[in-house]
Amino acid sequence: MRLLPFLASALVTTGLVVTLNTQLKLGATKSPKLGYFLSPQHGFWKNAENIHTNFDATILANDLKGDVDVTIDDRLVPHIYADNDLDAYYVQGYLHAKFRLWQMDFQTRVASGRLSEIAGADKLSIDRFFRRLGMVYGAEQTESYINENNPVMKATVDSYTAGVNAYINQLKPEDLPFEYKLMNYAPELWTPKKTYLFLMFMSYDLTGRSATTDLQLTNTRDYLGYDLFQKLYPNQQDSLDPIIPKGTEFAKPSIKPIKPGSADTAYLKMPASKKLFRYEESPEAPNKNNGSNNWAVSGSKTKSGRPILCSDPHLGLNLPSLWFEVQITTPTHSTYGASFPGSPAVIIGFNDSLAWGVTNAGRDVLDYYEVKFKDSTQNEYWYNGTWKNVTKRTEVIKVKDSADVIENISMSHWGPVMFDAFYQNQQSNGKNLAVKWTAHNTSTGVETFYKLNRAKNVSDYLQAISLWKCPGQNFVMATKTGNIAIKQQGDFVARWERQGDFIMPGEDSTYDWQGIIPGNENPMIMNPSRGFVSSANQKATDATYPYYLGTAASFPLYRGISVNQHLTPMTQITPEDMMALQTNNDNVFAAQARPALNRLIQMDLLSPQAKRMVTILNAWDLKNDENSKGITVFKLIWDSVESAVWSDELAGSKIPLTKPESFVLLEQICRDTNFTVADDIRTKDKVETLKDQVNVGIERATQQLISLEKENKLTWGSFKATRVVHLTKIPALSRLNLPIGGGVNIINATTENHGPSWRMVVHMTDEIEAYGLYPGGQSGNPGSPFYDNFVDYWAAGKYYRLLFLSKEKLKESERAKWHMQFKHA
Amino acid sequence: MKFIATLLLSTLLAYASGIYGDLPWFSFVITNLLVAIVLPQKPAAAFLSGAIGVGLLWAGLSIYMDISNNHILSTKVAQILPLGGSYQKLIFITVLVGFLLGGLASLTGSFIRNKKAAQ
Repeated sequence: MRLLPFLASALVTTGLVVTLNTQLKLGATKSPKLGYFLSPQHGFWKNAENIHTNFDATILANDLKGDVDVTIDDRLVPHIYADNDLDAYYVQGYLHAKFRLWQMDFQTRVASGRLSEIAGADKLSIDRFFRRLGMVYGAEQTESYINENNPVMKATVDSYTAGVNAYINQLKPEDLPFEYKLMNYAPELWTPKKTYLFLMFMSYDLTGRSATTDLQLTNTRDYLGYDLFQKLYPNQQDSLDPIIPKGTEFAKPSIKPIKPGSADTAYLKMPASKKLFRYEESPEAPNKNNGSNNWAVSGSKTKSGRPILCSDPHLGLNLPSLWFEVQITTPTHSTYGASFPGSPAVIIGFNDSLAWGVTNAGRDVLDYYEVKFKDSTQNEYWYNGTWKNVTKRTEVIKVKDSADVIENISMSHWGPVMFDAFYQNQQSNGKNLAVKWTAHNTSTGVETFYKLNRAKNVSDYLQAISLWKCPGQNFVMATKTGNIAIKQQGDFVARWERQGDFIMPGEDSTYDWQGIIPGNENPMIMNPSRGFVSSANQKATDATYPYYLGTAASFPLYRGISVNQHLTPMTQITPEDMMALQTNNDNVFAAQARPALNRLIQMDLLSPQAKRMVTILNAWDLKNDENSKGITVFKLIWDSVESAVWSDELAGSKIPLTKPESFVLLEQICRDTNFTVADDIRTKDKVETLKDQVNVGIERATQQLISLEKENKLTWGSFKATRVVHLTKIPALSRLNLPIGGGVNIINATTENHGPSWRMVVHMTDEIEAYGLYPGGQSGNPGSPFYDNFVDYWAAGKYYRLLFLSKEKLKESERAKWHMQFKHA
Repeated sequence: MKFIATLLLSTLLAYASGIYGDLPWFSFVITNLLVAIVLPQKPAAAFLSGAIGVGLLWAGLSIYMDISNNHILSTKVAQILPLGGSYQKLIFITVLVGFLLGGLASLTGSFIRNKKAAQ
């Protein structure tokens, strides 16, 4: 043996193995273990799916009661044919895991504050936020409620879970999804709690903005004073076209929430706190544009004489998509639509009798109460004249390469005390704040979808949605028999005006919720004479509805106006007309704003370049089309006029404040051009008028527009640069710069990274004729041709015909490609 | 002849140890080492047979999988790593890792019985 060369060579070899088996620093993140990652038998190459993969398979499963047949069509949509319901959900779980395992795991990790466990201390602030908000607490409440009271749902979720785990258990290490290899961790078994955590995340995404906005509004009110606040953040919306047509009569309210006598002084005009604290970053609040369109037109307006239902939920655009298409057919029902990987059943879809869709209600169901602790132990808090004990909830956050972080959360009767001496963010301003949120209560949301999947008629639909609590939704429905309806459903708080818009005093029960509005008093219409029902996240009703709906900032105005303007004159409607409407780019906001601006522009005072921009603005066809330059000009001009008007009022605050909604300025200048807030309060010797501010805004926008023009980014598509982003935000796994128009206030609500996440059009003919797609693909594997194969089609505004057929008919279809058999072992 | 035999044996055992994904990705380091001990060669020959043996395997497998995948994944990974999106570079790096480690393992093994082999 040649010792020295041996030792040298062994050392180099070992060193290289160790280096290639370690996650190295790669910019802000860590590299995969390179040797493992590159190994063609272990690493990412195994995820490079053959583009001609044959998905045929026979799977033996001893948890099944019978056999299940799955036909997979040319778009990789599985059509599940099972002899009983539980087997169908087992197979749905298996297939969700087969195509979307990493995503399911990742989304529930976010929801449960477990990102640090895989990504390290960088994610700790996000984890702490979700833990302290009570995400895990809420999921546990639901789980124990269902386990004790709802055997059918328990069995459904259990069977789904068993299916997911059957897939995980047979997964060979080399076949782990790509992202596990990239980030170097392994999947863990699914549990029913993870399903509830995922649904909790949807509640957060659709109602959790208040966790941020309530603090921002409080700070803004404190900074401006209540009177100026009311001017800048009014609740009145002149141009509102509500979901329930104006003039509809509402029943007498069974609860009459009473505003506490102290509210004017102790609540609305609470003195501002001047404290400044160390704070932790919060995750970005759920997107303001989280919303949706849905509508149904009755047979009286369609060419066929049958209703057509349309639904397009607007959410963050991600890869893998939130949605996964599936057909589930059992002896009890046959349903097709978009499902959530992580949950059984179809969420938005149709069966052979009825179609349904949802939009977000936008109602405020999350409030903060300021709590006074006796001492720094935070064991007792003052409530109704005595010191009450908290219970402590312990949450352990595991952190990769670091010690565990323990959260001891004080649980008050309001809910978890999210902000206290141990946790503050920039907006919470040193206060002890407890969260009261309907999502903390037990929720049977899964059951609503379970029943909608099986609903045959209006009463089934009403029964199904009556169980729905959070997040409040507008459930639209159409039946083959010709009924159309929409109902806003959820647990909504019976509020007095402005209750819960700001942090509320929590030292006694005065400011507590005075009740949940009974379901039969929630806004609803069925078969209205105008021949359609619709919603686009606007306020559900006009001011004659006896309950306070919430701050106007939560309710976008203009999409709803646009939908209704288009639907009202339409007759002889076909599914193609509905597709054209879902992808419509008309800008009704600009249609009101441009003439209002033109009345104020002082042309002769503008620079030549600014004049040129105004010419482009006025030549614009008021459509947010991809190639339009007019919309870019309009947007920048409007934004800088707004900023010229508001920024002086908001400048000077140490805490960032929220900008007033765009409708506020627009409605104000339509009402009254002598708008005193227009004056720049920083210039003492001069009173600026709205006209001055408009010219200032145009000149500033012109500077930006000229530089955009030089970069060739003046067209709307290139300016907006819509992208569908991988959940890790890695650009290489995302689709960037998509050629698509649309935007805020537009029916085609596509913004930078947000928009129609599933488009569906269902024609309720004898054999249902349905179209749909989402910007993604059925496979979550970035190495699959099915990873993003719908994206270009979606951007182009095209649709796929959805295959909704019986087992026998589907087998004859040339679009049926593969066949999976699940056999009882 | 011995060169070809060790080379093919390296390839075969590296492949076999990789079939069972439960074994670590660097199992071929052990198998190469053993091959070099059982079939001793001069250091240079040992290095080359081990390097080419594993390098060929990794080249063959990655190129095959990449072509049948139409470069979909390799193009993405070559942006993450970062190799400018070039799947050719990614294959080159992959093969280089197999080549170097395979060679070094065999080289290490060759020194254990090197005196005998030299005679």
